Amino acid sequence: MASADKARSPGGSDARRPRPPRAGSLVPYLYIAPFFLVFALFGLFPMVATAYVSLTDWSLLGTGPGRWIGADNYERLLHDPYMWNAARNTVSLFVLATVPQLVLALVIAQLLDWALRARTLISLGLLLPYFTSVAAVAIVFSVLFSRDFGLVNHLLDLVGAGPVDWPAGRLTSHLTVAAMVNWRWTGFNALIYFSAIRLIPRELYETAAIDGAGRWRQFWHVTLPMLRLALVFTAVLSTIGNIQLFTEPLLFSATQGNTTGGSGRQFQTLALYLYEEGFRSFDFGYASAIAWLLVLVTAVAALLSLALVLRIRSED
Amino acid sequence: MRRAGPWVYAALLAVVLGSVLPLAWSVLASSQDNAAIGRTPPVLVPGGNLAGNLRRVFDEAAFGTAIVNSLVVSGSITLCVVVSSTLAGFAFAKLRFRGRRPLMLLVVSTMLIPPQLGIVPLYLLMGELGWTGRLEAVIVPSVVSAFGVFFMWQYLGRAVADELLDAARVDGCSAGAIMRHVVVPAARPGAAVLALFTFVQAWNDFMWPLVVLDPENPTVPVALSTLASGYYEDYSLVLTGTVVGTVPTLLLFALLGRRIVGEIMPRAAGH
Repeated sequence: MASADKARSPGGSDARRPRPPRAGSLVPYLYIAPFFLVFALFGLFPMVATAYVSLTDWSLLGTGPGRWIGADNYERLLHDPYMWNAARNTVSLFVLATVPQLVLALVIAQLLDWALRARTLISLGLLLPYFTSVAAVAIVFSVLFSRDFGLVNHLLDLVGAGPVDWPAGRLTSHLTVAAMVNWRWTGFNALIYFSAIRLIPRELYETAAIDGAGRWRQFWHVTLPMLRLALVFTAVLSTIGNIQLFTEPLLFSATQGNTTGGSGRQFQTLALYLYEEGFRSFDFGYASAIAWLLVLVTAVAALLSLALVLRIRSED
Repeated sequence: MRRAGPWVYAALLAVVLGSVLPLAWSVLASSQDNAAIGRTPPVLVPGGNLAGNLRRVFDEAAFGTAIVNSLVVSGSITLCVVVSSTLAGFAFAKLRFRGRRPLMLLVVSTMLIPPQLGIVPLYLLMGELGWTGRLEAVIVPSVVSAFGVFFMWQYLGRAVADELLDAARVDGCSAGAIMRHVVVPAARPGAAVLALFTFVQAWNDFMWPLVVLDPENPTVPVALSTLASGYYEDYSLVLTGTVVGTVPTLLLFALLGRRIVGEIMPRAAGH
């Protein structure tokens, strides 16, 4: 016991390296306080309150906090055809807006890996969409895809394809909204992948080539596994963003003169439906239930895309 | 590395053209009148209506207010996020204190929660505070960022050498002096990247400002949505608005684009 005390005494071996602030120091807490104070008031509190509000019939017309109605809002949600419509659109838009941008970004990153002139110029061109206002992109694409004067229909006309009423159909409107998202993020992701590809040791490719692997096999067995971290990062982030799609479909909708994701709700996402119920109809209780549904869908989608990307590891 | 053949250049050229053309077209359209924009085949030479369209955007759609508001909002959010994230990131990366691990876990897990989750109570809270329709309502909830703390935690973990911190402590530096002379200089490159992403994100934030602000006192995306829903047949006006609304972020791109593709992205991938 005496020896144990001695080892802990200040004359011990690590006296030369002073410990970072003593256990009682307030400094670390001062440093993290701004984050946690603001987060508690404007992040955590509203989140917890959402759970409470979703169990009431709180609406702007009602007086004060609503009546406690238990799980009625969730019950109503299950039988709401507009909710199922919005959920379907959300999943469809998520797939159409996520998969192409990631696959195309991988292809572009591979192309950039050739010995190129003017690589900086090309990279700048790829990065430009990220620095464009999302709202501006949504409106410009809405005009480009409009039925009567749109440039896209004009180009289709040149190759003999009939004009398409893009906002009117479910699939065509989803393709338009997905085009806005893909346009913005493909180049950005391509540059992330390319930066990660440059860090792969060239010997790995040489070894693979000696083993007789062609360019395609090298891609599957060297490039993809080495890109795993970048793939996880981009896949999870774009999944979270695209499940919550709001700006693009709302502005596409606005250029048609409505806010419900098309006159027949053909591209209304869950986030748009939340906006409609919460801030057009001011049904706060029901909107809060939709918010929780959105969390659930986001979590499931994020886990699925994570699982999908992690499978890349098990293939090699 | 193999030399790129013509087909590689052709494919990349197509992608770059696809990236640039929608923007170039909207700039072109903002110089024309509605008759020219709607014509087939499309008119591909600039018209003389740019000045007139610009005047209408600023007169009819509160765009002057919108730009100033967005600059104020995005600027103050960026500044606050960088400062609060650097402080918290440093504490989590380099200081020992009770509750460090569970608190850091809390930060990471909040990154995965959709911001829309709390939007209804947040709106009610703003009503209580009397902030509805005011810029505080948009700024204050966003002055901290879980992603920012996570990012600076990762960055400072590598950028600040433990030996340097120890040496500063042996020399009797106060916490403030360590922050000023050790942490801040090391944090600068990472903080610049965080600032850039935060600014772009704040500039684009739409759902919450749409909910809590009035059309008379909008940010740029809110003004654009008013423009798009009120004047959706007036293409020249709406497209001029999109060009004006994206000029500030494009300026950022013009200033920093080369450094981002040349240094920042390659280095970020290394981390």
